[in-house]
Amino acid sequence: MNVHSVQAIYSFEMKRFFRTLFQSIASPVISTSLYFIVFGSAVASRMGEIDGVKYGAFIVPGLVMLSILTESVSNGSFGIYMPRFSGTIYEILSAPISPFETVVGYVGASATKSIILGSVILLTAKLFVNYEIQHPLTMITFLVLTSVTFSLFGFIIGVWADGFEKLQIVPLLVVTPLTFLGGSFYSIHMLPPLWQK
Amino acid sequence: MTDQNDEVIAINNLHKTYVTGFKALEDIDLSIKRGEIFALLGPNGAGKTTLINIVCGIVNATSGNIKASGFDIKKDYREARSLIGLVPQELTTDMFEKVIDTVKFSRNLFGKKDDDQKIEKILKDLSLWEKKDSKIMTLSGGMKRRVMIAKALSHEPEILFLDEPTAGVDVSLRKEMWEMVRKLRENGVTIILTTHYIEEAQEMADRIGVINKGKIILVQEKKELMKKLGKKQLILSLQEPLNRSLNHSYEISEDKKELTYTFDEKTGVNDLLKELSEQGLLFKDIRTKESSLEDIFVGLIGRKQ
Repeated sequence: MNVHSVQAIYSFEMKRFFRTLFQSIASPVISTSLYFIVFGSAVASRMGEIDGVKYGAFIVPGLVMLSILTESVSNGSFGIYMPRFSGTIYEILSAPISPFETVVGYVGASATKSIILGSVILLTAKLFVNYEIQHPLTMITFLVLTSVTFSLFGFIIGVWADGFEKLQIVPLLVVTPLTFLGGSFYSIHMLPPLWQK
Repeated sequence: MTDQNDEVIAINNLHKTYVTGFKALEDIDLSIKRGEIFALLGPNGAGKTTLINIVCGIVNATSGNIKASGFDIKKDYREARSLIGLVPQELTTDMFEKVIDTVKFSRNLFGKKDDDQKIEKILKDLSLWEKKDSKIMTLSGGMKRRVMIAKALSHEPEILFLDEPTAGVDVSLRKEMWEMVRKLRENGVTIILTTHYIEEAQEMADRIGVINKGKIILVQEKKELMKKLGKKQLILSLQEPLNRSLNHSYEISEDKKELTYTFDEKTGVNDLLKELSEQGLLFKDIRTKESSLEDIFVGLIGRKQ
């Protein structure tokens, strides 16, 4: 394993994240807050409890996962698409680094960003609703696995896409339906039987 | 034959056919000697960049094999690539990065530990030290080109590829770059450059390879090439029109007042001058002309087409 090279890619990507910290954090936090205001406050009063959990608290994990999903896919795809687009990919391709190491560098950074973001959203949620984490280890495992899986998925999109449109179409076609049909904002039992499958 | 140790890059039987069926390179055999400056000359689309990109690992060859310092570029790609630095033709940089950060990134990417002194030296040698904290997007084109060179040199490569290094660079900067390339060679770096500017190859290269339509037409020492294919001409302006014939073969202008005589080192000009003075012809002006690499190049490409 060429540690220096992997580290170089990883820290380069992370540096970009911290340089644009405000955009990276602010927009997901603001949109999540909006969700809390709309769903948590306006809808919650009519929803009551779902499986014994208050609606406000019920949507927290869903919202965290939603952000992680979308951010992982977009970070994972952008990370590798941008050098392809700008041409700086020549350096990665001519470096003494294996494809696997390249993936570790980019996907590692993308997953790290998502996890940081997920944690920030979890903290933001605390401002709006009162929730408690009952299985912290399981939660962390899920956070990490989801971030890595969807960053990998994003990476594939970034390698495959040959334009910005393609970069956005997959998240739109796959990720958005997943979130809305996946039971983030309600229990799946509330869907018509066909959609529950 | 080249001594094995003397050979830093060995390309054998290299073919590249793109998916579209376009044959970019056909049966390339090329050997680059350690420590030389090799210029690859050819018109647009001749395959210069494809060849360089294959050696650097950016493009996959269809068939053939390449060794860099004895390391196969496919099997031992880590060793081979660590030895190679590439300055691509296009100015592709991370616009929002600082100069020093991007150079450090390149060094680490090529598997080398941080070394502030080395980076400082590279930046100073390229007159980039004052700009080290500037964002790349704020630099001029010439400066960006230097940043790309600094990136390529950051991991101290033994072999440096310069793909059209002086495209879009003004004359004074071009001269500076030539100077820098010479200095690198003095430090033992082998340099392979491609260029449109034949002047550049003439100025700097030890050996020249001419490539056209994916095939290497010729590889030769620059001096040999100039000697073999270069013509020397003596042009004499006469005071009176020349109305008789001479024993030598020559060309004469329409007004019969300008005589052009082509010679080489063997034939010389003495015999002609002797004959002319015996005939009592008087000259207004005498000048000689040597064919440039450009003439040779155009001649070569034209002949093959």
